[in-house]
Amino acid sequence: MIEGISIYEILTLSSILFFVGLYGFLTRKNLITMLMSIELILNSSVLNFVVINKYLYPNMLEGVFFAIFIIAVAAAETALAISIIINLYRLHTSVDISETETMKY
Amino acid sequence: MDFSYTIYILIIPIFTFLFLGFFYNKIKPIVSGWIGVAALSVVAILSYYTAIQYFLHVPKVDGAFTTFYGFKYNWMNFTETLRIDMGVMIDPISVMMLVVVSTISLMVHIYSRGYMKGDRGYTRFFAFLSLFTFSMMGLVVATNLFQIYIFWELVGLSSFLLIGFYYEKPSAVAAAKKAFIVTRFADLGFLIGILLMGYYGGSYDFMTLNDINGVAISNWASHSFMGLSVITWALILMFMGGAGKSAMFPLHIWLPDAMEGPTPVSALIHAATMVVAGVYLVARMFPMFHFVENGYALHVVAWVGAISTLIAAIIALTQYDIKRVLAFSTMSQIGYMMLALGVSGYYEHEGVGYMASMWHLFTHAMFKALLFLAAGSVIHSVHSNFMQDMGGLHKYMKITSITFLIAALSISGFPFTAGFFSKDEILLAAFKHNKPIYFITLFVAGLTAFYMFRLYFSIFWGKKTEYEHTPHESPWSMTLPMLFLAFMSIASGYLPMTEWLTPDRVGFHGHVNWGMASIAVAVGLIGIIIAYVFYKKPTNYPERISKAFGRLYQWTFRKFYMDELYLFITKKIIFKRIAAPFAWFDRNVVDGTMNLIGNSTVRGSKLIKGLQSGKIQDYALAFVGGVFVLVLIVLYIW
Repeated sequence: MIEGISIYEILTLSSILFFVGLYGFLTRKNLITMLMSIELILNSSVLNFVVINKYLYPNMLEGVFFAIFIIAVAAAETALAISIIINLYRLHTSVDISETETMKY
Repeated sequence: MDFSYTIYILIIPIFTFLFLGFFYNKIKPIVSGWIGVAALSVVAILSYYTAIQYFLHVPKVDGAFTTFYGFKYNWMNFTETLRIDMGVMIDPISVMMLVVVSTISLMVHIYSRGYMKGDRGYTRFFAFLSLFTFSMMGLVVATNLFQIYIFWELVGLSSFLLIGFYYEKPSAVAAAKKAFIVTRFADLGFLIGILLMGYYGGSYDFMTLNDINGVAISNWASHSFMGLSVITWALILMFMGGAGKSAMFPLHIWLPDAMEGPTPVSALIHAATMVVAGVYLVARMFPMFHFVENGYALHVVAWVGAISTLIAAIIALTQYDIKRVLAFSTMSQIGYMMLALGVSGYYEHEGVGYMASMWHLFTHAMFKALLFLAAGSVIHSVHSNFMQDMGGLHKYMKITSITFLIAALSISGFPFTAGFFSKDEILLAAFKHNKPIYFITLFVAGLTAFYMFRLYFSIFWGKKTEYEHTPHESPWSMTLPMLFLAFMSIASGYLPMTEWLTPDRVGFHGHVNWGMASIAVAVGLIGIIIAYVFYKKPTNYPERISKAFGRLYQWTFRKFYMDELYLFITKKIIFKRIAAPFAWFDRNVVDGTMNLIGNSTVRGSKLIKGLQSGKIQDYALAFVGGVFVLVLIVLYIW
């Protein structure tokens, strides 16, 4: 519980974070930027977990644990994604998303 | 009595076949010929030994010959009684057939060494002959319906292979196919008959089925179909198979064409052994034929035989190809055997028809094989099948001429030849039981004498033909078998068959019925005399007679248009009216449904495949849009 800040304000913040991340993922052409957008989305969900835990169930810790798990998973996922991007860079000498359109019909 | 050695009668030919077949290229032709002859000699000796043992030395039980099993292997059990064995059955008719098959086969092997000399397929020919001998031996010693059916198809196969022996000749290939398809079609009936017999008769085993106090015979009335007992239907269907193999009307059309094969093959398969398999089958099942439904099926046999013998004899009058004349003559004589079976009774003297049929089978095998071998000898030196190209050959080919004469006399029923005795018994049986059939038989006896001597006089006497190469007598390897068979054509009439081959196996003392015999001989002599007048010297009588008959002569010459009728039925009716609509249905409806499914899938996938663009962001947008729609649904509609 933070003085002077209601749950709605924080949830609005996390929504903004989510849609910024979504917009970035859908519009950026650089793979690294897209990855960063995904991180934004993840962070918005982490924020939700923590806030809801803190405001609605102040005596419990499940939301906080979930936040920690999501951060760990996000770290692993980032490592994986970066390695894929590095390989793509070696192949195309570019990290542009338009280079990865060969897997289609 | 131990008959276990009889299994070698089967083993030796099949191994000869495999040996010659596998080492086809490695063996010199002369060696393969001798291997075939040697193997067959052993088989013949074993067969003769079996016959002597069985008929002369084995003690009878209650005055009747008993059945022995030389070998019996229980192969498949369906129920307690319904089972399939493979084995060797020794009883009077199988022993008689062993002697016939091995004798003719041995003679044909020896003959073929001369006849086939220099042929490219020499080894192949002997291999096929061995295969045929094996199949035929297996057929005659079969212990049950399924075994006989297996070997039945095997002889069909060997016949197919040997008719199509000159496979470069289109006519030979066509003839082989025709023979196979026609007999195969008939065998469909045989198979259905066997299955019916197994289901309603309760067994496949000959001993069980033919036991006159057994279940199959005493319970024939328990099931009926369309006014006849099911067992009778089974017997008629089995007879259909027999009629196909034995070239009975109307399934005879393959036999004349089968003459495309080499002449020794015609002598062995299409005169003496395979074509009598149908007669043998009826004889094998004779107690069933006779006792089930008071011999209804046997009546069918008798009339089919009578019609075939008459039609074949009439057609034989007008043919010019000497092998075809002999083919129709074969068909006619097999009709004799069938009708003799058809008019036969069961006990003691009543069984004279059965006995006559088996005896005629024996004597016919001898003289008809001889006729074919002699014809082959003529063809060998004249290089033509047609009697217009022949004439006056007597002075060039004395042995062939004399042996042919003996065989012709025998088939015409000339007194004291083999044919005389067996034909006399057939006439006697027909006279006792069925007068219309008797008159047909008598008439055919006259026709037979006429067409045989028409053949004899126009080949060996008649007009003086100029030959490109002077004809010469055939080598010893060919004339020796002919001389032996000429001897048998007379001697086989003096075997005491009346005591050996009766249906109840008790036997009776036969004697020539001189009253019957003199009528038959008179009819035969009339035929011979007419042939003498017409053909001994070139005359114009034959043309005048054939002109006088006009349309009828044309019909006969074209074999009553049976081939055309079959072609009409198969091509115009079955192919065009039945098969073609089915083919249309298959191509358009069945295939069409499947094509519709396939094509619409392809077309659908072409429409939507653009969605898989490979752009991750498109997918993500679609995903987000989907979620958005779902959220809207949940919020406002749910």
